[in-house]
Amino acid sequence: MIIDIPKFISAERPYWSRLENYVQRLEQDAAGGLTLGELRQLHYLYERASADLARLNTFAAEPELRRYLENLVGRAYAEIHETRGRGRVVRLRDWFFKTFPRTFRAHAKAFQLACLITATGVLFGLFATLLDPDSRFVTMPFGHDQLRPRERVAMEEKAAVDRLAGQRAGFSSFLMTHNTKVSILTMALGMTYGVGTVIMLFYNGIALGAIGIDYLLDGQVLFLFGWLLPHGSVEIPAILIAGQAGLVLAGALIGHGRRDTAAQRLRSAAPDLLTLIGGVAVLLVWAGLVEGFFSQYHYPVVPYWLKISFGAVELGLLTAFLAWSGRERNPATPAT
Amino acid sequence: MTGIHSNVMQIKTPEGVAFSLPLASPIARLLAWSVDLGLIALAWLALVFALGLSLVLGGLATAIYYLAFFAISVGYGIAAEWFWRGQTFGKRLLRLRVVDAQGFRLQFNQIVMRNLLRFVDSLPAFYLIGGVACLLSRRCQRLGDLAANTVVVHVPKLSQPDLDAVVSGKFNSLRKHPHLVARLRQRVSPTEAALALQALLRREQMDANGRVALFAELANHFRELTPFPADTTEGITDEQYVRNVVEVIYRTDPPGGAKAKGA
Repeated sequence: MIIDIPKFISAERPYWSRLENYVQRLEQDAAGGLTLGELRQLHYLYERASADLARLNTFAAEPELRRYLENLVGRAYAEIHETRGRGRVVRLRDWFFKTFPRTFRAHAKAFQLACLITATGVLFGLFATLLDPDSRFVTMPFGHDQLRPRERVAMEEKAAVDRLAGQRAGFSSFLMTHNTKVSILTMALGMTYGVGTVIMLFYNGIALGAIGIDYLLDGQVLFLFGWLLPHGSVEIPAILIAGQAGLVLAGALIGHGRRDTAAQRLRSAAPDLLTLIGGVAVLLVWAGLVEGFFSQYHYPVVPYWLKISFGAVELGLLTAFLAWSGRERNPATPAT
Repeated sequence: MTGIHSNVMQIKTPEGVAFSLPLASPIARLLAWSVDLGLIALAWLALVFALGLSLVLGGLATAIYYLAFFAISVGYGIAAEWFWRGQTFGKRLLRLRVVDAQGFRLQFNQIVMRNLLRFVDSLPAFYLIGGVACLLSRRCQRLGDLAANTVVVHVPKLSQPDLDAVVSGKFNSLRKHPHLVARLRQRVSPTEAALALQALLRREQMDANGRVALFAELANHFRELTPFPADTTEGITDEQYVRNVVEVIYRTDPPGGAKAKGA
């Protein structure tokens, strides 16, 4: 049997047009302002269009019409069978002070693993510098390998002019955007089953360990902490959280001991990943501001004790924030 | 993942109806991305030009430059795909759209995720990782698509076939033999009928020799399926014969029949 196409179209077209109208309204607005009666109509029209498609597939091979109906049924299917809530308007304050720390705590093990990997890198950088001083040309970022710590400290402390005069805002923005890009990359590399994320964390650790021991051996501990702590106390944890996100992504991809499919695991991990990387971006904005406007000033302009205290307070606040912010104050107690 | 590419993504609804979405080819995606990259480059040039003129801003101009460039390069894809429901300017031009891999509504989370993952897909240069992943993936997904559970599909230009242009109310000698028409309708399969219809719809795109040969083959096939008396088909070209066959297959009522009944 072959369908009389013109008859079929003229009979069904009004129903398709009405379905298209409902779907359009839903696509523009999740609720679509549809009444209960209209929703019933929508369901009826969707089923009718599905039946038309099935009929067309069975009795006629008219590709243009089939494509049109497939598209219509596909769009209606997306609206009717979607069970996930449409993105609510996010309250930024609640998201940052509640959702972000809660998500961080929910994946505490991944954070501990990120810390462990970075610490291994720190030890590697430390021993590499101790055992082979020339390894500095490989382990340290460019600039640090060219200058001995005491030479740099002498240069910074004697600086008569403000080298960053007029450039602080630009320098600060550069740091914010660059570090955010590195953090996104660290997270995204989770898609390499975590290998890329591990390399990034380990490499960061190596640079940190090599520079740290270099300043320590040269007797410049005070300068090191005064320089690093104000921005590093936020920046380093931020990179670690980006690593945590990368490991969560890798965990979802590997799915060890889980029965759901990779697609389902990735789908459920996505909101947490975006929360973590969003939180990292906020932290890095703060770190960029501190590094651009405060960290680069040294003794005698800003005393070291002030810079170290500032960094220590930041670290304490950040730890408290991540550990306790967003916790329920009065958890329900069972009746006795 | 398998190395076998599929051209379509099949989705079966709980109602038991299957529909397919045509997947975008890696080349089409590459072209769309090139257009978007060109747009980003233009925006960057405009930014440099605008900030270059605003010398009074000094250090602040540098700050605006870094922040604006970051916002454009990272935010363009996210903003465009969110506001245009899975399309960027390049994708609109190439008629592509990002959709959920299960056929559901595309979520904001998914858009952000697939765009952030570009940082890996674009490594080491020119989207090499993303391109290789796309070629290896069954549904042409780059890593960002895999993580966000999305696919990029081709959006067909939706239009009804213009049947009237092919079979409009001319005299059809086959209708003089209703019993043979009924037999023909019974013997012609839907695929054969669709093939003849498509040949007629696309006849203007064929070269002259190919057109003559194709319609000769089709006409002979239909003649063999149901022979009509010689006086009915005498003086009719092969193409006209196929046109008559398509008309009687797809139109159970002869043209003007409804009017005649109503009159």
